[in-house]
Amino acid sequence: MDDQEEGWNSSVPVWRGLSLTDPVKAVEDKWLLLPAFLKVKGLVKQHIDSFNYFVDVDIKNIVKANSKVTSDVDPRFWLKYTDVHVSFPDRTDPDAIDKSITPHECRLRDTTYAGQIIVTIQYTRGKQLVRRPGVNIGRLPIMLRSNKCVLSGQSEASLARMNECPLDPGGYFIVKGTEKVILVQEQLSKNRIIVEVDPVKGIVQASCTSSTHGGLKSKTYVATKKSKIYLRHNSLHEDIPIVIALKALGVQSDKEILLLTAGNHDAYKSTFSPNLEEAAKLGVFTRHQALEYIGSKVKVNRKVIGPRRPVWEEALEALATIVLAHVPVVNLDFRGKAIFVATMTRRVLMAMDDEKMVDDRDYVGNKRLELAGQLLALLFEDLFKTFNTNLKSAIDKNLSKTSRTSEFDAFNTMKFQGDHITAGFIRAISTGNWSLKRFKMERAGVTHVLSRLSYISALGMMTRISSQFEKTRKVSGPRALQPSQWGMLCPSDTPEGEACGLVKNLALMTHITTDVEEGPIVKLAFMLGVEDIALSTGAEIYGPHTYVVNVNGSIIGLTRYPSRFVSNFRKLRRAGRVSEFVSVYINNHHRTVLIASDGGRICRPMIIVERGRPRVTPGHVAELKAGNLTFDDFLRKGLVEYLDVNEENDSYIALYEADIVPTTTHLEIEPFTLLGAVAGLIPYPHHNQSPRNTYQCAMGKQAIGAIGYNQLNRIDTLLYLSVYPQQPMVKTKTIELIGYDRLPAGQNATVAVMSYSGYDIEDALIQNKASLDRGYGRCQVLRKNATLIRKYPNGTFDRLADAPVDENGQVQKKYDIIQADGLAGVGERVDPGDVYINKQTPTNANANANDTSFTGQAATVPYKNTPMTYKSPVAGHIDKVMITDTENDHTLIKVLIRQTRRPELGDKFSSRHGQKGVCGLIVNQEDMPFNDQGIVPDTIMNPHGFPSRMTVGKMIELLAGKAGVLAGKLQYGTAFGGSKVEDMSRILIDNGFSYAGKDMLTSGITGEPLEAYVYFGPIYYQKLKHMVMDKMHARARGPRATLTRQPTEGRSREGGLRLGEMERDCLIGYGATQLLLERLMISSDKFEVNACEECGLMGYNGWCTYCKSSKKMAQLTIPYAAKLLFQELMAMNIVPRLVLDDA
Amino acid sequence: MSPSSSSNALPQSVYNPRRHVGIHAERISDVSSTEYPGHYPNEDHSWNLDVFKQNLQVKVQRLSQRSIEFDLVGVDASIANAFRRILIAEVPTLAIEHVYVWNNTSVIHDEILAHRLGLVPLNADPALMEYRTPTGINAQPNDRNTLVFQLKVECSRAPRGSGKEYINDEVKSGDLVWVPQGEQGSVFADKPPAPTNKNIVLAKLRPGQEIDMELHATKNVGKEHAKWSPVATASYRLHPLIVLNPEKPIPPHLAQKFASCFSPGVVKIGDHGEVRVLIDERGMRNDSVSREVLRHEEFAGCVELKRIRDWFIFSVESEGPYEPERMLPEAIKIMREKLSSIRTAAEALLSGGNEGGDIPPSRTEGADVEMADS
Repeated sequence: MDDQEEGWNSSVPVWRGLSLTDPVKAVEDKWLLLPAFLKVKGLVKQHIDSFNYFVDVDIKNIVKANSKVTSDVDPRFWLKYTDVHVSFPDRTDPDAIDKSITPHECRLRDTTYAGQIIVTIQYTRGKQLVRRPGVNIGRLPIMLRSNKCVLSGQSEASLARMNECPLDPGGYFIVKGTEKVILVQEQLSKNRIIVEVDPVKGIVQASCTSSTHGGLKSKTYVATKKSKIYLRHNSLHEDIPIVIALKALGVQSDKEILLLTAGNHDAYKSTFSPNLEEAAKLGVFTRHQALEYIGSKVKVNRKVIGPRRPVWEEALEALATIVLAHVPVVNLDFRGKAIFVATMTRRVLMAMDDEKMVDDRDYVGNKRLELAGQLLALLFEDLFKTFNTNLKSAIDKNLSKTSRTSEFDAFNTMKFQGDHITAGFIRAISTGNWSLKRFKMERAGVTHVLSRLSYISALGMMTRISSQFEKTRKVSGPRALQPSQWGMLCPSDTPEGEACGLVKNLALMTHITTDVEEGPIVKLAFMLGVEDIALSTGAEIYGPHTYVVNVNGSIIGLTRYPSRFVSNFRKLRRAGRVSEFVSVYINNHHRTVLIASDGGRICRPMIIVERGRPRVTPGHVAELKAGNLTFDDFLRKGLVEYLDVNEENDSYIALYEADIVPTTTHLEIEPFTLLGAVAGLIPYPHHNQSPRNTYQCAMGKQAIGAIGYNQLNRIDTLLYLSVYPQQPMVKTKTIELIGYDRLPAGQNATVAVMSYSGYDIEDALIQNKASLDRGYGRCQVLRKNATLIRKYPNGTFDRLADAPVDENGQVQKKYDIIQADGLAGVGERVDPGDVYINKQTPTNANANANDTSFTGQAATVPYKNTPMTYKSPVAGHIDKVMITDTENDHTLIKVLIRQTRRPELGDKFSSRHGQKGVCGLIVNQEDMPFNDQGIVPDTIMNPHGFPSRMTVGKMIELLAGKAGVLAGKLQYGTAFGGSKVEDMSRILIDNGFSYAGKDMLTSGITGEPLEAYVYFGPIYYQKLKHMVMDKMHARARGPRATLTRQPTEGRSREGGLRLGEMERDCLIGYGATQLLLERLMISSDKFEVNACEECGLMGYNGWCTYCKSSKKMAQLTIPYAAKLLFQELMAMNIVPRLVLDDA
Repeated sequence: MSPSSSSNALPQSVYNPRRHVGIHAERISDVSSTEYPGHYPNEDHSWNLDVFKQNLQVKVQRLSQRSIEFDLVGVDASIANAFRRILIAEVPTLAIEHVYVWNNTSVIHDEILAHRLGLVPLNADPALMEYRTPTGINAQPNDRNTLVFQLKVECSRAPRGSGKEYINDEVKSGDLVWVPQGEQGSVFADKPPAPTNKNIVLAKLRPGQEIDMELHATKNVGKEHAKWSPVATASYRLHPLIVLNPEKPIPPHLAQKFASCFSPGVVKIGDHGEVRVLIDERGMRNDSVSREVLRHEEFAGCVELKRIRDWFIFSVESEGPYEPERMLPEAIKIMREKLSSIRTAAEALLSGGNEGGDIPPSRTEGADVEMADS
């Protein structure tokens, strides 16, 4: 310990010679800690850490917990897993020589990026003991950039060799060629007491969800009912009076019960006393009586037939293992559990006495985030248990066979177990359904396809947190911005609409903890003077100076010097003796010291302040700059530390150095880290109205730009790329940190804020035609078209054919790009209707395999054409053609077709301030206004967009951008900082421009000056993915649905535009009956029917089949849907009769 | 409003308030000329060629290889603007329009490379070429309407010790090779067509990649596509005018501050025993009219900012085949053609002919092209 002490004390002398009253010098560039943090942690470190924890630690624990397989048939047989590890991803192809595989190959070949789960087994073979290492029990999809991924720790050059983008964050899986993310799930913390009050029903309840490693989850309540307190649990039919429960837990004397719950507090005592009376009334005095009482209420679901156990034994077991399962009961010592229940009771009493003593469910400190690793661990445990059960029954079956040629070898049985684990992982990740009956878990939508619309959308997805709350519930609490979210969750980045506030995003500088072993921490607490709880009585627990010490929700002991204990504990943590992610804090309301080491807490680093001085000095920052120190060194030296939300609440944190007072404990590293990665793109967000930042967070993900350095090697279903992306003139520090300047999505447009022509109302934008000619806003759309060349069970297979020729030897126009191999040539232009894969399918593909018509000669099989034709209304180009094999040996052909688009009327654009607009008019350059320098705007934006939106940040962006252009350097618009308006104005003045950024423009149409000065300069504009070309749709006539003969619906089916109910109401109200008739029947599904005036039924050809007559037949026009309805009613034994009358 | 007597660089008539556009802190006044420019009630301003000639001034102020700055004084904004518009949109040039890709193994896509090629300014005299038309003899490419270039570049690894890593890793506009067709060899003999700038990077290559294309350049105007615009920009600004108020001179101690409110060289601080602020009438044209002076309260009423309505300082940057000094005459030529076509149409209309609606083609060569929008 000594030299460690030296280590973190050695930096103290820096302060010598300075008194406390000296002004605190700002630590310049302390924000550099942020890139240092991101270098160590990365943006998606939470996912990767969690996965690493699973493959390194958790999987071993799971296998250890389920390590033994025995047989019911042969008691001498056993099989044991002694070790498990996960291999690097490899190729499944059995005859491959190079087994290594890259993630990109998996993406292209639609395979799964998975590594083997390899176990070492020991089992008995007859009388022999066999040890067999390297047994593969299944394949686990590997998270990219985790420590089992080939990409981890690679240089940029070797990443490039693997076709991987160095800026790609990783943290996702590749399953069947699609990139899947397991979103972070937000939950209420486990094993903690939450007290709530229902003011309507007057109920106070303390609840605790117990979760143990066995996976059992149950919720225990201590709640009031008619001002008496009861214990409630799912496994009990009825609520148990709390005194009886406590008596059953071994606290027999009423005095002790009173002391453990109410203590010496008079108000609590009087509130609690009716409970003691109730127990007496029910005649429960002893522990045995209490157990008998509870035993009769326990739900017994026991399948094993055996001798019936006494009722009190049932109660004992339920109390020991089911109720509050997380509190351990060793050797039937119920003391710990009794104290836990008593604490819950006391919390209820406190809340009954003072309504403010309740907990806030929405408080971020009461939440835990569940990550990929935890979910995979649950899934693996379930799959592994099933695997073992299946193995056991297979072994039993084998062992029960008496005659055997050789000794039974369990390994052979294991080999034929099938790929249950592999299939389970792939199914769960690709569908997102986590249905684990064993753990009563039924969750859908856990995984999502990684959105590759833009780099930002992919990044935004990796930091997303989804809540378990129902989206339809109209509650404001969980959706509201919580003050404790500060610095942990981004206040801007949340969707609008139903998921508002339920889907959140992590802030830039956060870390999510993984589990830290509890045992050493408890030991440490005892070493620091904590008295064991088992030895204390109620009087001591609630003594005037005692604080209860909790570790992860379980009570371990008492301390009389809480602040000394906490500061000693923190000292040890800063010295690296305890994991830096263990948090310790005092809760003065509950008089407790809480230590948390569980996984899923959000925490963030902060600079430690001691004696009014930040421990990080300019000297340290200089070392950091020089590259001599890393972030971990700062941690190790005790200069910075991680605080979770609860400990944050127990600290006094200064935002800036100037705010430091003697009681300050910590200093923020940088205020802009409270925003997330996506909100960090906005320049000057602190000048914007807050919803605008939220809108931009949603829109930034739709911007077309660069996806990754490997974007042209990817074959995605749909890929939008910008032809000439630019980094923004006005950057933020976040932009540099996340690499948005290297993978930008937008262009710096010169904007004139003025009105022009009236085609710019309602946020429409005017675009300069010459700018578009020169490549502004130009984008590419690449679409994947894939097909499989199948082999059918009957031996036939699909084939590719060259272009057919007609009788004149001419190739049809639609086949003109097909080459001899049946595929379109790369670079060829594809016109609408052209064939690009000339595939043919055998006509008897689905025929029985025993069918003898197939002789093995391909030529004898009749084929039909099943070509892939290009359907878009605009021509494209063949970008790539890929031919490969899938894992199950079908040939896979992927054709990437590219369109290059220039902006057109109606395309959507947006600045970075939630100001979207469509292109309303494209104006020739000579008609555009110009300034004294002859600069013509690329875009004209209507000034009416400003007053109501209040996006002052956009105005400052323009000013800073203009100054940047003039000064020849990039400006910064970082949140709560950035280039100052005053400095920007100075640059403008020095360059001969007006300080306000307003220029004198000349009309390009009249040639005369405009009467007003126009705000004129560059603003970063994003082109959004919504383009007119993909949406434009009209129809005069076209296809109809077969059943109703009404026009089809939707653009993709060339559908009609519906005249809906509301439109119908308008026409009725207006009295336009003939128009109504035309729209609803004549132009839709009019149908001529013959109806009999006699019987009112429909006939045909002027003949009534019911009346057997043609006398009174009339012809009328009705909607086909009506005719269909009549016939369907008739099928249901209802006769609709038409009553005909002359109008 | 008396002019400063110390300098007579500018003619006295610039101080005529009728010629002024007022520059105020938040607005610009007297922007428009009257409906009949140069005419005022109860005054005779009937158009007179001699007077017009006397007032009209065209003077080149600066001329360089690629740009020109000249003054055009004494015309209405509509005329000056017409020249500006014609310069941008209607002076024809040649630009690559059709690209035939034989091979392109580079990372840049065919369309994008073609787009970039189209934007390369070509130095080939458009007067020697004809427009492509949808019908007639010029519907097909021939040596009168199409220039052919070849782009054939292959990248390879440079030999060791050559100091470079690759050969041809950057495809530049200088790599375009003109392939004379038919009579073009003799027609363009004295000035073979080539890009005006040989250093425009078109694509980047790596060993093994190659580009092989045939490029067809045609004649057209900037209205059709910006690539046919002969100018980088053509614009004008009005001559600035700074008028000091003799009633309220600038306090000497503020002279430096006053000077710094204008572009350098605009304000002269005379020092004849006492500090005196003067406006350099020659330097005035260089003022950027930043209105900085209007921001400071201490100068309120000391100075009036104006611009001269009919004094256009043109700035033309030629990027195409034309020498900068040839740009304005070229624009005038096109304007005259337009005028003559309007005249013939108007005359036809006046003569009451039933074919009055037929407006003859705007270009005398009869090669009037309005190609379909691309």
